[in-house]
Amino acid sequence: MINFSILSLLTFLPLVGVVFILLTRGNEERVTRNSRRVALYTTIFNFILSIYMLVNFDGTSADFQFVEKTEWFPALGLSYSMGIDGISLFFVILSTFLTPICLLASWHSIKTRVKEYMIAFLVLETFMIGTFCALDIVLFYVFFESVLIPMFIIIGVWGGPRRVYSSYKFFLYTLLGSVLMLLAIIWLGMNVGTDIPTIIEANSIPFHVQLWLWLAFFASFAVKMPMWPVHTWLPDAHVEAPTAGSVILAGVLLKMGGYGFLRFSLPMFPEASEYFAPMIMWMSVIAIIYTSLVALVQEDMKKLIAYSSVAHMGFVTLGLFTMTTQGVEGGIFQMLSHGIISAALFLCVGVVYDRLHTRDIARYGGLVKNMPKYATVFMIFMLGSVGLPGTSGFVGEFLTLMGAFQVNTIIAVFATTGVVLGAAYMLVLYRRVIFGEQKNKDAAAMPDLTKIEYGYLVPLVLIVLWLGIAPSYVMDKVAPSVEKLIGQYEAGLTISKGGK
Amino acid sequence: MEITAVFAPLFGFLLAFLFGKNMGDKGAQFVTCSGIIIAAICSCILFVEVIFGGDHHAGEPRTITLMTWFNSGTLAVDWALRVDQLAVVMMCVVTVVSSCVHVYSVGYMSHDAHKARFMAYLSLFSFAMLMLVSADNLIQLFFGWEGVGVASYLLIGFWNHKESANAASIKAFLVNRVGDFGLALGIFAAFFLFGTVQFDELFSLAPEAAKANMNFFGYELHALTVVCLLLFMGAMGKSAQLGLHTWLPDAMEGPTPVSALIHAATMVTAGVFLVARMSPMFEYAPDALMVVTVVGGLTAFVAATIGMTQFDIKRVIAYSTMSQLGYMFFALGVSAYGAAIFHLMTHAFFKALLFLGAGSVIHAMSDEQDMRNMGGLWKKIPTTYTLMWIGSLALAGVPFFAGYYSKDMILESAFADHSWFGEFAFWLGIAAALMTAFYSARLLFMAFHGKPRADKKTMDHVHESPPVMLVPLMILAAGAIFAGYLGYEAFVGHHQIWGESIKVLAANDTIAAAHHVPLWVKKLPIVMGVVGLFLGWVFYSKFTSLPSISSKIFKPFHALFFNKWFFDEIYNKIFVLPALWFGKLFWKSDKNVVDGLGPDGFAKTSYGFGGMLSRFQSGYVFQYAFVMMLGLIALISWFYFKTDLELIEQIETGAGE
Repeated sequence: MINFSILSLLTFLPLVGVVFILLTRGNEERVTRNSRRVALYTTIFNFILSIYMLVNFDGTSADFQFVEKTEWFPALGLSYSMGIDGISLFFVILSTFLTPICLLASWHSIKTRVKEYMIAFLVLETFMIGTFCALDIVLFYVFFESVLIPMFIIIGVWGGPRRVYSSYKFFLYTLLGSVLMLLAIIWLGMNVGTDIPTIIEANSIPFHVQLWLWLAFFASFAVKMPMWPVHTWLPDAHVEAPTAGSVILAGVLLKMGGYGFLRFSLPMFPEASEYFAPMIMWMSVIAIIYTSLVALVQEDMKKLIAYSSVAHMGFVTLGLFTMTTQGVEGGIFQMLSHGIISAALFLCVGVVYDRLHTRDIARYGGLVKNMPKYATVFMIFMLGSVGLPGTSGFVGEFLTLMGAFQVNTIIAVFATTGVVLGAAYMLVLYRRVIFGEQKNKDAAAMPDLTKIEYGYLVPLVLIVLWLGIAPSYVMDKVAPSVEKLIGQYEAGLTISKGGK
Repeated sequence: MEITAVFAPLFGFLLAFLFGKNMGDKGAQFVTCSGIIIAAICSCILFVEVIFGGDHHAGEPRTITLMTWFNSGTLAVDWALRVDQLAVVMMCVVTVVSSCVHVYSVGYMSHDAHKARFMAYLSLFSFAMLMLVSADNLIQLFFGWEGVGVASYLLIGFWNHKESANAASIKAFLVNRVGDFGLALGIFAAFFLFGTVQFDELFSLAPEAAKANMNFFGYELHALTVVCLLLFMGAMGKSAQLGLHTWLPDAMEGPTPVSALIHAATMVTAGVFLVARMSPMFEYAPDALMVVTVVGGLTAFVAATIGMTQFDIKRVIAYSTMSQLGYMFFALGVSAYGAAIFHLMTHAFFKALLFLGAGSVIHAMSDEQDMRNMGGLWKKIPTTYTLMWIGSLALAGVPFFAGYYSKDMILESAFADHSWFGEFAFWLGIAAALMTAFYSARLLFMAFHGKPRADKKTMDHVHESPPVMLVPLMILAAGAIFAGYLGYEAFVGHHQIWGESIKVLAANDTIAAAHHVPLWVKKLPIVMGVVGLFLGWVFYSKFTSLPSISSKIFKPFHALFFNKWFFDEIYNKIFVLPALWFGKLFWKSDKNVVDGLGPDGFAKTSYGFGGMLSRFQSGYVFQYAFVMMLGLIALISWFYFKTDLELIEQIETGAGE
């Protein structure tokens, strides 16, 4: 058992790195070099720390662990309250794992304002971990919204030519959602309290209020996921973001919406969730088919993968709102798996983008000849994205669909067509980039993976395979919390129905 | 022993794939070939142990649990090997044919630059196939199922600089995925119905569910029929049954050893295996069996008609494979599972032989595949010629070759089923038997006899293949001659080996009934075979002007057959093009409708108000305005909720009093 405040340490350690970076003095070159190193070492240390936490996590318990609670604004009844359960555990690990990889991926590609870039990423890590650990809704809100700021800056400063437009779009969408969520949080704070476990236990919100609150939270989470039809910010944001920005965006930020559904919508507003579940499931099905078809005709690599992310997130929302064990566990696993695979796919795009400075699929082709290692690595992620059994992509997709089948076979049948469409756009992308004739001389002259690239892609390959072959390590730790969640959800339904 | 049999090829794959560069081509060939040969030896030992008793109780499957895959609620999935009679027969077929193909490939691919990769993929395929046949639950079966699909994708597209090969590999994967769509839904339905995906549990629960209904797609349907038909959809994709067959002929873009192993002997028979494996469920779903029979019969017939008109030597054999798979399926449909697996085994030998023989011809002809450019080869490559005859005679069902025993058994079982669909399949099968013999003869006479039609340079270069290619062919030829005679009693005779691994209800036992069909039913296939061969000789050796005359007389039919019944064109029109069209439409709507109403619309309006302001600034101004507006909404909502809540409190306290 850990007897120090590990969650606070995890959350705020990156800020210590920021202090060190700010303290570095000397000429430009030296500051650049040192801030890179400080940032990398800090995040790696944070990752090791999170593994230490994982080892000490009691996987058989459904309770919140490593709980910390101190008064924050006693006048308002707010407290600084942190804790994790099986649901949030792996999102924390995902955040600490992907951040150093992002820094490595931008080791050479980011050349301007390196110091500020590193600071932005460290601050981003703090906010991400905080979001997944917070047990007080106001604290959660602070972290959840703060994430936008460094992300907005990363896209707006280090992004591509249309970065202003896309960061504006990104900001607008998420702001719209978050303002509504703030209202709901204020209402909760005034009427029920701000402590998340207490709100869930109390289970005292009347049905028609639940509907409003649910919609307010939904506005925020649906944009974050993103669900169809509020997904259009995502492709633009991805296209303009630097590689590492895309990685964090797809890898962690999209999961905050799903996490929100799990932490707020389902347990706090069970009746409203049940009321809206058919709508969500149909929206998910539309997302899966619609965005898969759109992905099929993309000419921009990043746009294609961005659209595929929307489709994959469609499986997540579909699974979560079945409220079956398979559906919810599958949804969580799908988020984790997508966090790894989509991050890896964006890294793969980054590898060739760094060499040729274009995302246009038609400019590549026949890369298997000059970049065989890259072709192999890309192949594994492609197959993972397609949901091949033996890769992590399979388990989540299969379980969510299995959950959906138990609730509604029509939805399940339509959603399963995504399995065919998903294979179509990924295989076509792979074929056009990797196979075929080498039409462009500059593409044919690109060197294979460098040591750094190899260094961050190989761990991702191993994780994709490990989670595909032995996912039970993760799933067994998630299971008790999911069971508890479903228990709370069903209790919420029966109490209110018994009351009527 | 079981573990070695399944995992030795995986080892071969990993070594050759990861360290292929370090160990060189020779090393890679050595490790992969040893891996699969070890697996073959282990499988044969297992065969003896499982079939002829040994140390365990006869009839009980040996199950070896390796580790947990995943658990979710009541769903528990393990990695486990289930070796029973059915599995062990499949394992032997797979490993023996695969060994032959591995060794053959050493010779066939000797001029290729990526030998290590090729051998590695072959081993990967073998591993996935072994996982498929030894699976102990539906989800592990699905793992093997998709695994062979990927290996097939990699191998069809092995020459990845060729656009046609890439197109074919994607097509194969996607059409198979359409089948997998059904298979996955079938697994969901099975879990929904029984709460398990474990074979043992499913099979013991199936009889009780025989009368159950379930709601599927808004209809109340017989549950087991739904499950079985969905599973069968998967089988149709993998085994290239009519409707989902279009990928198989295109798959011939892959190197010939691949066609022999994957697209003739093993992977395409996975669907047959699936239905046989699930026989304890199909037996209680008579409507599903009827569908299987009809689809199988139609496939056998349609594929044979196309096979008669093709000129690419590999495509002829590919359509022949599809046709033979049709036979296996209608055997399954009339509950003659043993006969289907029997034909699967004999077919694996003679079809692999034919493909590898064709590969030997192609190799000799400097990569020429069009039979119109062959002819007169038999004196130059007599060994290949002889082996091709053996394969063709077995395929045509000439007495005492392997195909004769198994194909006759299938036709007799279909007749003995005494149902309209059994009869339907029987007559289609008889017609297909005639055509099979005809196109076999056509292939032999066009390729080996007559005047050479190739240029002199190619003809001078024609040479017999090296022993490393011929020895595997001879092993397969031995199988094509003797497998039928030797296997008859064990597979479909009075003392069958299947035990509990295949379940046939007493009322459906067509194999037993097949031993008592009228004499003309037994003789008719032989007559058809001989007549077909004779006609082939007449058309393509004796009066060589006959084919063009007859194709003119039967012009509409010839056009239909030659163009493969226009499946590709129709699918392109109704699936592929609309998908792309919708994709473009949705993409546009993303830009114009969703964004137009959303952020861009706001932006435009704000530009209108801002007038002279530059775009960048207007963005900020607008954002302030937007936040203020939202603030206003927030305040109003707050009061709304507050009054609302007070109202509720009043009502509640009122009610309390």
